Amino acid sequence: MWTKERIVLPLIENLHEIEVYKKNGGYQNAKKAFALHPDEVIDTVKKSGLRGRGGAAFSAGLKWSFMPKSTDKPKYLCINGDESEPGSFKDRQIFEYNPHQLIEGVLIACHAIGANIAYVYIRGEYHKWIKLFQKALDDAYAAGYVGAGMKNTFGTDFKVEIYVHKGAGAYICGEESSLMNSIEGHRGYPRVKPPFPAQKGLWGCPTTINNVETLANVPVIIDKGWEWFSSIGSPKHPGTILYGVSGHVNKPGVYELPSGTLLTDIIYNYAGGVPGDKKIKCVIPGGSSMPPLRGDSLEGIKMDADSLKEAGSSIGTAGIMVMDEDTDLIAVLARITAFYYHESCGQCTPCREGTGWMLKILKRMARGNATKKDLDLLVSVANNIDGNTICALGEAAAWPVKFMVQRFRDEFESKMKDEIEIAVPNKVHSMRDTVNPIASITI
Amino acid sequence: MEFHFSEENLSKLSGVFSKYPNKKAAVMPVLYIAQEQNGYISNEVISEVSKVCEITEEEVMGVVTFYTMYHQTKPGKYHIQVCTNVSCMLRDGFEIYDAVKEKLGISNHGVTGDGLFSLEEVECMGSCGTAPMIAVNEDFHENLTKELTLQILDNLKQV
Repeated sequence: MWTKERIVLPLIENLHEIEVYKKNGGYQNAKKAFALHPDEVIDTVKKSGLRGRGGAAFSAGLKWSFMPKSTDKPKYLCINGDESEPGSFKDRQIFEYNPHQLIEGVLIACHAIGANIAYVYIRGEYHKWIKLFQKALDDAYAAGYVGAGMKNTFGTDFKVEIYVHKGAGAYICGEESSLMNSIEGHRGYPRVKPPFPAQKGLWGCPTTINNVETLANVPVIIDKGWEWFSSIGSPKHPGTILYGVSGHVNKPGVYELPSGTLLTDIIYNYAGGVPGDKKIKCVIPGGSSMPPLRGDSLEGIKMDADSLKEAGSSIGTAGIMVMDEDTDLIAVLARITAFYYHESCGQCTPCREGTGWMLKILKRMARGNATKKDLDLLVSVANNIDGNTICALGEAAAWPVKFMVQRFRDEFESKMKDEIEIAVPNKVHSMRDTVNPIASITI
Repeated sequence: MEFHFSEENLSKLSGVFSKYPNKKAAVMPVLYIAQEQNGYISNEVISEVSKVCEITEEEVMGVVTFYTMYHQTKPGKYHIQVCTNVSCMLRDGFEIYDAVKEKLGISNHGVTGDGLFSLEEVECMGSCGTAPMIAVNEDFHENLTKELTLQILDNLKQV
């Protein structure tokens, strides 16, 4: 069923139906994994080199190995299907076309870490995909692959319950600790780490959080072995990746290709190139949080975590956004910043306030009422967010701004004025008695 | 206006509670059920949800205000959500948003006088590969043009 090009989304008609999935060897790998000791499963996944597909590209097997072996508390697995990163639309393909492979991956992961309960967190806007996945899950329950029926089907005492938790429109809930708070019924505020989820996660119990695409890879690794998997694509980031291509391309969509595929290959050969054969001005290679790349520097960039790091960006969720030569980058950056301003949870001051200030400056730039000094001001605000927040949303908001201005400074500067008029002068400052500030305050 | 869960929904609630180790954790699905029954989350709904989930009204309010998909005012029969995030923006998402605004004569978070339509400019809905898009209540309409969008609105008016 699986080839080295097609692991997560094999080309089999109606694979989302449980009967078709079963006919193609479905749920046999869960059985195979249950016969192994959990440590063997973790070891296999570790050796395969499978890295998380949710953004951080952390070794999946290593993450599992952090779970305590002996504990008197229940253990949990959370599956992150929040998929709210702009430019990212891969998990919905798995919910729609191959949900059983995800469920099987969940079963194997639960066995490896010793969890009996798994929560699949799906973003609230995905009504259709929640229904599709729930249908697949119901079928799996009815066929005895999940829940109480597992004893008969697999001949094991191990039991897993899988529940779907529907999000409600908060980007931040894709952050793992925020996701757990959301499942617990709180506002989706990220938590301070440490303690890490493997020590204190859901309800203070050991928890592992994996991305949907990551877990969908797991049954294949069990089936074909770690050597097979690790030989695909880039050795340090093996396997296939679901690349989501959007923006100014002729054939936008999700393309499953081996990791390390050339970025230009994806854009020109698979996504059909840029409409009107225009030049590319800018590409964001991993969802809107990742540093943008210049269109004239794309040659030779491979799409895997290490190569992109070298190129000055990051793989993120592999959501590739392509912008042609006519794109107004100030407008794009203002829109990206508006997104982070809207989605900042408000917990940390640098992010809550900083995103708002960046947006104000960018809106002024878009109106053509800014000077070159404002560019430095903008970068300074971004620098004060970067690294000063509890979760990575701070970096996600700061990076596009910092790197866009750095890499496209010529374009930004060409639209700046030498002097600007401020409609309402800052009255507070002009009224302030600078010699004796306190004395000037009258009530 | 007073709010109590219908008999049918009360039985749904017990199914929801069985998924979680405590009742507080069920507040999000419970709010969804309440919103479906009442149309939006009123103060009475908050008070009732706090009772069934055994948490304070403030905690429920905290959740309601944090997530954008809980409405504290009554949306139109057709809640039109237009994505203007980058991938949609690059494919004329803002033109579609402006066209919808003009056609309905309302701005962001507005409701038409007849209560038929409400409008929301939303963040990325995960339709980047099929951009631009709008969502009407729960249904996605993708690969749109301005004309197609206006046609969708016309069709809804006639239903």
